Amino acid sequence: MTDVTTIPDVAVQLAGVTKRFPGVLANDSVDLDVRRGEIHALLGENGAGKSTLMSVLCGLYRPDEGTISLASDGRLKPVDIRSPRHAIELGIGMVHQHFKLVRSLSVTENVIIGMDGVPLRLDVDKLGAEIAEIGLRYHMPVEPGATIWQLSVGEQQRVEILKVLYRGADVLILDEPTAVLTPKESQDLGRTLRTMVAEGKSIIFISHKLDEVMSFADRVTVLRQGRNVATLDVSATSKGELAKLMVGRELSAPPARRAGELGTTLLELKGVSTLNDRGLPALREISLTLGGGEILGIAGVAGNGQRFLAEVVTGLRPTTGGAIEVRGKDRTGASPREMISAGVVHVPSDRLGMGLAGNLSLADNLAMRSYRRPPLAKGIFLDRRKMVVEANGLIERFNVMTPGPATPARSLSGGNQQKAILAREITAGHEAAGGAVIVAAYPTRGLDVGAIESVRARLAEERDRGSGVLLISEDLDELMAMADRIAVFHGGEVMGIVAPSETSIEELGLLMAGERRT
Amino acid sequence: MDLVTSILSIAVFAGTSLVFATVGEIIAERAGILNLGLEGMMIMGAVTAFATAYATDNAYLGVLVAMIVGGLMALIHAIATISLRADQVVAGLALTIGGTGLASFLGQELGPGGGPLVGLIGPKFVEVPIPGMSSIPVIGEILFNKDQLVYAMYLIVPLVWWFLYKTRPGLHLRAVGENPQATDALGVNVFRLRYLYTVIGGMFAGLGGAHLSLAYTPGWTENLTGGRGWIAIALVIFATWNPARAVVGALLFGGVNAIQFRLQAEGTTISANLLNMTPYLLTVIVLVAVTYFEAFRKKVGAPAALGIPYNREERV
Ligand SMILES: Nc1ncnc2c1ncn2[C@@H]1O[C@H](COP(=O)(O)OP(=O)(O)OP(=O)(O)O)[C@@H](O)[C@H]1O
Ligand SMILES: [Mg+2]
Repeated sequence: MTDVTTIPDVAVQLAGVTKRFPGVLANDSVDLDVRRGEIHALLGENGAGKSTLMSVLCGLYRPDEGTISLASDGRLKPVDIRSPRHAIELGIGMVHQHFKLVRSLSVTENVIIGMDGVPLRLDVDKLGAEIAEIGLRYHMPVEPGATIWQLSVGEQQRVEILKVLYRGADVLILDEPTAVLTPKESQDLGRTLRTMVAEGKSIIFISHKLDEVMSFADRVTVLRQGRNVATLDVSATSKGELAKLMVGRELSAPPARRAGELGTTLLELKGVSTLNDRGLPALREISLTLGGGEILGIAGVAGNGQRFLAEVVTGLRPTTGGAIEVRGKDRTGASPREMISAGVVHVPSDRLGMGLAGNLSLADNLAMRSYRRPPLAKGIFLDRRKMVVEANGLIERFNVMTPGPATPARSLSGGNQQKAILAREITAGHEAAGGAVIVAAYPTRGLDVGAIESVRARLAEERDRGSGVLLISEDLDELMAMADRIAVFHGGEVMGIVAPSETSIEELGLLMAGERRT
Repeated sequence: MDLVTSILSIAVFAGTSLVFATVGEIIAERAGILNLGLEGMMIMGAVTAFATAYATDNAYLGVLVAMIVGGLMALIHAIATISLRADQVVAGLALTIGGTGLASFLGQELGPGGGPLVGLIGPKFVEVPIPGMSSIPVIGEILFNKDQLVYAMYLIVPLVWWFLYKTRPGLHLRAVGENPQATDALGVNVFRLRYLYTVIGGMFAGLGGAHLSLAYTPGWTENLTGGRGWIAIALVIFATWNPARAVVGALLFGGVNAIQFRLQAEGTTISANLLNMTPYLLTVIVLVAVTYFEAFRKKVGAPAALGIPYNREERV
């Protein structure tokens, strides 16, 4: 115990950190220490306070109580982190859950914003070359001159990490870095992180994916309702134990596959094509059918047309060819409103962009599908009291963690935003006679295991009620477990439609890479 | 001097105050602060510039005071919108209404012995032909036979452009208006920058006003700015927040102004009211046309965080 040499070398220590928001105790006296040269995973349910805790560490939020100490000259010294800039000076850098990039600026410009060492007159080419070189050192190739909005999500994330590295950070915080990455990109990231800890840096890594935690991390800390419930060596724990620590109970088995008969066809796409924003083909003659009581999985590497499929089916994007039928009626060219009344509901992938109006209250957001009709509508007026009552009902039923229906939607944690959207859309779907068409784009992205369980259960429930679910997902395990059939997209085309019982992850991988099923 | 040369020459002269105001507003908006007080700051600049120049018999002092007054008014806007997070549209409108009223009050008071300024003749900037260059055919007359403030504009526009696109502080300015969260997280002081550039924007507006009362139409009359502050706000959009393009827009407005003056002077039968309207009408048409090309606007559009107050602990 007192043998000094075996005490691992702590780089950062948080002691008794408490952070409150109006009506929420986000962090409750959290202790945490992170060692030099380790990857420390931070686990916890949606809203457990992970992002908040890390925002305190990186100077964005001020803690209400508690101290943060940093190692210097072999001793831990308490520091008062006043601002993000101060945190950077102390060697702490964070890659946020929602990227903080200036979309209209180039990679180089984004990396050098706010840096002291940069000369007044910018030599963008020279700085860009330096940045590209650091990128290569850590297996993160980037193109320094590219503008952010042109980059894929994975590339944007590299820029975020480079921003932190270029400032010479020793402690890197990554908030759900893999939530938006493809499996291949996640593996590459793992390699990058290993290179960094081998140089003696420390990494704090937030994730909901237990597999990743088990394979990347050295130690793991679990937060529950703002408190640290355990810090464990990864080698001495299991996925099951972690899941149980996170949600405080055992997880139930995944929802059973459909038992009943397939209902009538709800949605049919006949040779549908469309263009992307730049006028290039995004979908090429897609033909699909979705029956009542069916989950049709849509697999594919991000950017192969899945998003456009969702937009076309929900009426958000015009088609350039083919026909869309809902319940046997031609709905080609229908507006989003017409699609809604035809019983098509949408759980979009972009929660705050498309799913929720961030500045409006949760009650307003939950009413967005139903405000036009009674009971919420009274003539041209809205019944506010009813709205709150309805909202409370949905919050309760879908287990949305929030101080109340008056909270602005943007202050909910990512996972709880997703639950709110699901609550609204699924309930709206109930009004469609003979089952709704539920277009669910990445519905479990960024959710904790408990929330994933409940989202999947809800979708299965809707299927059993006779709705058809178009489940767009990058998680092949999810598709294999839930879908009745899986359509694989590549380059805006369907490479093949397979049944999970007759295929393997390997075959799906080949189809996703563009090999057509023969 | 042929007709085209003379029109272009007047266009440059008439457009100068607009260039200053537009560039100032571009700077503020790049930092994320929409300041609709432009008209108020310009007219306050105009009246204080003339009053000071008249009292001290020094036009340069007039320019200096106008810039200080513009800067102070912008500071009020900054306090209201950045620190107190007031609505930027409302605060800006208040500044214009207040500024216009105060200017016409001051116009009654700041003359000799507390009397009116109207009708007085004071020091002004006159043409200073640049030796050599002013005798270049056509170009010389259009560009190099002008007053000092026009020459100052020739220097300031490229300088602002260079600052914005080629320097580190310029990068911060562009970033702050696009994504203050990101910029703050990188250790740039969002509040300080927003204050700074809002005030600088106001100083430019004051300078624009000074050019009106000390050079373009020397002296003071009610409504001297004639809505130029509003035109400048429109030009910012036309210029897609790029100072170099602002010059083109300002010249267009100045040019149409020159043509309609010319027509009026020649004694056309078209109603003077209609002619007076054309520069404004044209600006509106150009704006609508530009806005129409939505796709084009998406790429070089308004700073993404324009008009949105920043609060570090608030989620976006
Ligand atoms: N700026 C804020 N204002 C008000 N409430 C906030 C704010 N930030 C976080 N919260 C609340 O604090 C709690 C913790 O949120 P936090 O974002 O830290 O969760 P998380 O563990 O990161 O969740 P997720 O896995 O969904 O990202 C939540 O209840 C959230 O609603
Ligand atoms: Mg989070």
